Amino acid sequence: MSKKEWPLWEIFIRSKAGLSHKHVGSLRAADAEMAVENARDVYTRRSEGISIWAVESKDVYASDPTEADSLFEPSDSKVYRHPTFYDVPDGISHM
Amino acid sequence: MSALFEYIIRLGDDSLILGHRMSEWCGHGPILEEDIAMTNIALDLVGQATSLLNYAGQVEGNGRDGDKLAFLRYDREYKNTLLVEQPNGDFGTTIMRQFLFDAYRKPLFEKLQNSSDKQLSAIAEKSLKETKYHLKHSSEWVIRLGDGTEESHQRIQEALNTLWRYSSELFYTDEVDATLLSQGIITDIAEIRAEWEVTVKNVFEEATLQIPSNNWKQEGGRKGMHSENMGYILAELQYMQRAYPNMEW
Amino acid sequence: MKDINISELERKFQEKIDKDIKIEPKDWMPDDYRQTLIRQISQHAHSEIVGMLPEGNWITRAPNLRRKAVLLAKVQDEAGHGLYLYSSVETLGANREETIDDLHSGKAKYSSIFNYPTVSWADMGAIGWLVDGAAIMNQVPLCRCSYGPYARAMVRVCKEESFHQRQGFEIMVQLAKGTPVQKEMAQDALNRFWWPSLMMFGPNDAESKHTAQSVKWKIKRHTNDELRQMFVDATVPQAELIGLTIPDKDLKFNEETGHYESGAINWDEFWEVVKGNGPCNKDRVDTRRKAKEDGMWVVEAANAYAAKRAIRKSA
Repeated sequence: MSKKEWPLWEIFIRSKAGLSHKHVGSLRAADAEMAVENARDVYTRRSEGISIWAVESKDVYASDPTEADSLFEPSDSKVYRHPTFYDVPDGISHM
Repeated sequence: MSALFEYIIRLGDDSLILGHRMSEWCGHGPILEEDIAMTNIALDLVGQATSLLNYAGQVEGNGRDGDKLAFLRYDREYKNTLLVEQPNGDFGTTIMRQFLFDAYRKPLFEKLQNSSDKQLSAIAEKSLKETKYHLKHSSEWVIRLGDGTEESHQRIQEALNTLWRYSSELFYTDEVDATLLSQGIITDIAEIRAEWEVTVKNVFEEATLQIPSNNWKQEGGRKGMHSENMGYILAELQYMQRAYPNMEW
Repeated sequence: MKDINISELERKFQEKIDKDIKIEPKDWMPDDYRQTLIRQISQHAHSEIVGMLPEGNWITRAPNLRRKAVLLAKVQDEAGHGLYLYSSVETLGANREETIDDLHSGKAKYSSIFNYPTVSWADMGAIGWLVDGAAIMNQVPLCRCSYGPYARAMVRVCKEESFHQRQGFEIMVQLAKGTPVQKEMAQDALNRFWWPSLMMFGPNDAESKHTAQSVKWKIKRHTNDELRQMFVDATVPQAELIGLTIPDKDLKFNEETGHYESGAINWDEFWEVVKGNGPCNKDRVDTRRKAKEDGMWVVEAANAYAAKRAIRKSA
């Protein structure tokens, strides 16, 4: 890391109780505390959140898009995992 | 002039003038994230000034509203402390000025929440939430700069040496305070000062900063006697209202 | 991946674009696409940040407390928008600080509108109304831009900017119905900002070297001239409504097309300002460079403190 620059952090915000934290963007901060405070000022100026997660960008390990075929396509053929795969006789509800 | 009016004016002017100073940073902050943070503080302070000065106008009952009070008084009628009118200097000076002020404002608003004056207690309750955040922000920065690099330590210590002389005025009291104390509207400033001293001592200790041994004090703002800075602040603040009097904007 | 040749990748890429499938940071993309985005998004980010200065100029002189708070909040939003945009640039592998250094060295451009001075309070109205109005015309289609992070940043920016134009127009309305001095101030601001606002959409389509490719890649969804026309059509009736005169003696409404036709834009002025010869180019860039240089010790101190604390924690 350059001395002249703060590390990059990915910011996740929970917009209200009951919802998951959602990625909103990134920012720079020298430490985790500052990352959360900066996120408060940058990403919740209009009451967009009630909880903030900050993760240093270098700690995010991501899947490789060139492997998307082998990672995600096999599940496309497993249609039996979805309820619509099954026939339910008329007159049956709540199933 | 009522003691209550005078007291609210003192609180309101501190917010107004410090908000003015903080707003000078907008667009010039050391890094984008901090620019945004400082503007948030400026916005909180302008908001506090608006509530307080509107209420002062109401207490006075002569038809002056927050804008009339903010923009159309003479310099001697502004009652902010000398501390808040001091120039921004470098980022360290701004942070030190903010820290000395926040450490006083937090216990002050905490006590004022219990004021027998309902309006004042409501304003204090709202402002306290903002001030707690300001204090967290300014203390963390004092510590970072104090215990950061050699250069930052030197700069923030220098800021403390410069601004320390203005800190005692935060606890200035006179007959205004005595009157309101007897009416249960405010509490004894000694309690606020005691808390301020603890905060300041702890933060400076962590920041490895030395409180100046020089006990030279500067006071006057609370009585309307300001530093040379005030004229320039008012020249900008009042520019539109003075140059184009009696117009709606 | 090694087996697939570049033209095959490019074909697949264009296929995704044509099907309106968003491109995400780690997806393969042609180098030109990446470079075009880096250039466009960082210019956009710089425009937000430099754009703070002409309005920031009036914060301490705002005429009342309400206007002061609104202006502070608006300029602060611009800082936020700059940040969202720098954050999208970084997803393309460009480094924010290097991008900013390009601005400071004069290598990178920003919207030339911000090289005009703000000399009266009415300019706060004119900027909100015209400059933000023009910016919105440009930005709304960008919410559907093919690059995911840019499109998402623009959705956020557009949502937040909806109050910016309104607050500017409100200032103009107030001035236009005010005293003769106020009305004159408003007209004067309109006179100065009208033509530079039209120039914000960039050169005519015939002169614009990037447009065709950008439209094909869905980085741009409308041409410069289309957007400019939308802006004129929307703005002229607003000026009439509040009794201000658009400073264009050739402006007329064409009944057949249903569009306004503007007089000729002074493109010599535009190119001079782009080259750096506008009234405020030097001041704006110097101011931003100074802010960064003055803040360098703060950035270093925070890094040093974070490093010390990390050591203490692990000890």
